[in-house]
Amino acid sequence: MTGMIEPITDPGSIEPEVVVTETVDGKQQSVHGRSPGQMAWIRLKRDRTARVTGALILGILLAAYGVPLWTAIYGTDAYAHNPDLLDRSSVPLGFVGVSGSHWLGILQGNGEDVLMQLLTGMRTSLTISIICAILATAIGAIIGATAGFLGGWVDAVINWIIDVMLSLPFLIVALAAFPIMQEVFFGGPSERPLILSGLMVTGILLIFGWVGTARLTRGQVISLREREFIEAARASGAGNWHIIFKQILPNVWAPILVSFSMAVPGFVGFQAYLAFLNIGVGHPHPDLGRLVNFAVGKMQGLNGWFLLVISGGTIFLLVLTFNLFGDAVRDALNPKSNR
Amino acid sequence: MLRFVVRRLLLIVLTLTVVSFGTFMLFFAAPSDPARILCGTRCQPAQIEAVRDGLGLDRPIMTQYVEYMGGIFAGRTLGEGDWAKDCSAPCFGYSYTQNQEVSEIVARALPVSASVAIGAWIIQTLISVSSGVIAARKRGTAVDRGTIAATLIGGALPIYFVGPMLLLIFRYQLEILPQPSYTPLLDDPLAFAGGMIMPWATLAIVGFAFDARLSRSQMLETLDEDFIRTSRAKGLKDRVVFWRHALRASATPLATSAGLGLGGLLGGAVVTESIFGLNGLGKLSLDAITARNLPIVMATVLIAATFVVFGTFIVDMLYAAIDPRVRLS
Repeated sequence: MTGMIEPITDPGSIEPEVVVTETVDGKQQSVHGRSPGQMAWIRLKRDRTARVTGALILGILLAAYGVPLWTAIYGTDAYAHNPDLLDRSSVPLGFVGVSGSHWLGILQGNGEDVLMQLLTGMRTSLTISIICAILATAIGAIIGATAGFLGGWVDAVINWIIDVMLSLPFLIVALAAFPIMQEVFFGGPSERPLILSGLMVTGILLIFGWVGTARLTRGQVISLREREFIEAARASGAGNWHIIFKQILPNVWAPILVSFSMAVPGFVGFQAYLAFLNIGVGHPHPDLGRLVNFAVGKMQGLNGWFLLVISGGTIFLLVLTFNLFGDAVRDALNPKSNR
Repeated sequence: MLRFVVRRLLLIVLTLTVVSFGTFMLFFAAPSDPARILCGTRCQPAQIEAVRDGLGLDRPIMTQYVEYMGGIFAGRTLGEGDWAKDCSAPCFGYSYTQNQEVSEIVARALPVSASVAIGAWIIQTLISVSSGVIAARKRGTAVDRGTIAATLIGGALPIYFVGPMLLLIFRYQLEILPQPSYTPLLDDPLAFAGGMIMPWATLAIVGFAFDARLSRSQMLETLDEDFIRTSRAKGLKDRVVFWRHALRASATPLATSAGLGLGGLLGGAVVTESIFGLNGLGKLSLDAITARNLPIVMATVLIAATFVVFGTFIVDMLYAAIDPRVRLS
């Protein structure tokens, strides 16, 4: 029995990246090597919270992006008006209009179907949030890595810009800038295609969204900058960009991935927050935040609580699910963290 | 130390200059005529002219910016002739729709926002730090798990959902809490607290999660350190080790986080004040944005930025004062 390493057996083991075969006592034994990424993946798969919330996220994505299919099955979409189900003052008949064909009722006013509003609103919210999270993480990582690696005046300027961004009251600036942007780009708050409105919201969120990741990456990079392997890369003639993208960023992917997984629920919440304050994709496109705003306006009416609970609860569950999954990702990548 | 302070202060001045100039430019990028919007619908041409003059819209933008900034420190006269308004320092301009100086309007809103934010901050910090520390003390027990669950729920609850729900339950359904309103603290402390309790609760429910998780993990991290093992080895009682040694070592990051949290609460006040109909800075800026009342928006952005910048500065200074390991450079 010499030089044998017992292969770790576990239920979630995956294809090994490196296999070393050794001959021990005349028998062939294979030894599995695992990269940190593989170990994190195994930890994630073993985590019950990750499995449950991961499945929930798949369900949420299916619900949101299957809207055309649900429309066909359910028989109505989020835009259809149902004037025949409203009374003379545009209030839904019965208990907020709940019926066999409108499971969660219809909206006061035009009678749009609440369930389809929720599903389509979720699609809007998730699309904007995921795109924002990807772009903000990429931009933040590159800016942060540049600042941390180059140091000196570049670092000082970027760091100062980050401080300025953090000192600005995001909400007030976004609220004030949005109508101005609308005027400059579209000549006023008119009805627009969903994509254009979505891009505007994405832009507003991105202006402030990259700052967190940039700060985090900068700190990580500063701690790596003086390590020997960077010195070695430089000694062998590597340029700054090579060192940043090929040597440093691959070494800080774990915290960046964690920050990405926490950015998604962050943007879901922020996007809904802005939509609540009427900075959203705009009528008639469904938007979760605007639905809450609508519900708040009607909450004193008969059964007005129903829509508030349904719409606010949806946002809550979305953020909670993505937060829990993000926590699980963080624990998988950083097993030492105190949970 | 002195060099650090001077350098930071210079940087603060630079930051605020850029923030104010950026905001100024932003409003100038708007193609609509600010004078017409400010004046309102029933406005005579002469009045519009006076407003335009008061804003100095015909002069180059740099001149206007310098005049605006000068007004904040020295005061100035807006407009000329019959429509001239004397605006004393700190002059943030004139709101023609309300017929008042912006500084007066802001001064009226400030105590409301301060009451909401500071009250919520005290409640939030007390609850979050004590629950986090107790959770760390009782690690792995039902208390710990309950605290974690509460932080997960609180961290995912949107503020614009909590506020209306509280209003719906306690005001409209159970009718046990009064409509939120602002009464000066010294006039009637009971009415003050009664009118503020729902805004405080809203902000505290939403905000407590972060600090509670931080204080729990900070305590657990400290408890892993060598000096804790040493004090245990010396034979100190568990109680003393935890409450004297560990808690004290964890205090610095907690104080920083709690200090910075106050700035965040001022931001959260925007929605809270609107939901509960409190006439604070947040609601003021929201209403001003809707009405395109640019001088007020400008003033609120500047004031909020000033608070955050100086708040961070003070926290940094306190940090160095509390923790001798921190060196300012």
